[in-house]
Amino acid sequence: MTEYLLILVSTVFVNNIVMVKILGLCPFMGVSKKLEAAVGMGAATTFVLTLGSGASYLIQHYLLGPDLAYLTTLSFIVVIAGIVQFTEMVVQKTSPALYQILGIYLPLITTNCAVLGIPLLNVQAKHDFMESLLFGFGGSLGFTLVMVLFAGIRERLEGADVPGIFKGSAIAMVTAGLMSLSFMGFSGLVK
Amino acid sequence: MIAALLVMIGIALFLGAVLGFSAIKFKVQGNPLVDKIDAVLPQTQCGQCGFPGCKPYAEAIAKGEADINKCPPGGEEGIRKLADLLGKEFIPFGEGAAPKAKSVAFIDENTCIGCTLCIQACPVDAIAGAAKQMHTIIASECTGCELCLAPCPVDCISMQPIAEDISNWKWRYPVFPIQANAQ
Repeated sequence: MTEYLLILVSTVFVNNIVMVKILGLCPFMGVSKKLEAAVGMGAATTFVLTLGSGASYLIQHYLLGPDLAYLTTLSFIVVIAGIVQFTEMVVQKTSPALYQILGIYLPLITTNCAVLGIPLLNVQAKHDFMESLLFGFGGSLGFTLVMVLFAGIRERLEGADVPGIFKGSAIAMVTAGLMSLSFMGFSGLVK
Repeated sequence: MIAALLVMIGIALFLGAVLGFSAIKFKVQGNPLVDKIDAVLPQTQCGQCGFPGCKPYAEAIAKGEADINKCPPGGEEGIRKLADLLGKEFIPFGEGAAPKAKSVAFIDENTCIGCTLCIQACPVDAIAGAAKQMHTIIASECTGCELCLAPCPVDCISMQPIAEDISNWKWRYPVFPIQANAQ
């Protein structure tokens, strides 16, 4: 049990997918202008990533095995693309407003490197099924956490008196860098 | 080689089946966003946006063909709500579309011939009267859309600005003048 908890804590804080592993920066910069959109994106990514981690473990373990290991990346991309399509349909049906807000970024979850990165890291770390699921879930929780924090900061930045040359993306980049720096503070948390 | 092909074909077939099934299961009828936009619009059906009513305007917004700042009766509040709903930036009223001072229509009762044309034009049923009877405006219902002005054959309807009094006075939106710092 503690092992699972450790995986969760370490993926959310210590090895945060965005701030420490620097994966998935496209939605991190793109959909973080509004808090609602960030929460929606986080939720959609969580769904895709958790499902994707589980599905890719099953494929890697039962379908590919050591013989067809060279198909890992290819088959993961196919599966993730399928899951993203499925998520898009569900979101369009259940929340058209969120669908409109997420816009192009929803299908772009397919190319979110965090979503492909976590299943590949799972293979590398030889996680079992439960660990893979938790690793994916924790990673996407960390992603959501960072998205929400960053969106909150950016909403505040909009009203702040930022020097002219730093306005817009520049100050967002600086903020992201500072956030990444502060996440390094967690690095001693789990041995 | 054959195994690799079979595996990939198998994955593709399975995903195709799942997606095809969910495409039927989660089919979206019409565009639910139109209804949400329509609910925000004031339903005066005044046509000042250039569309024949609130619903067509909502459809145009949903398709991205119209800006959200074309509805004077909705006021700036309306634009703000639309901007929130659609996740767009707030844009102020364009030229000529800004709401005029709030006013109600007024019928000069001496000239009115009781033709009922203005009653048919009024989108909110704010005109009371019958054929060959004098008409009058129910001021509390009138939205100031000016649609009754055109059909009146004797031009007896005029728009009267509403004077501010205790019952309709509101705080102004705060406006801070921005000055460039002269060096």
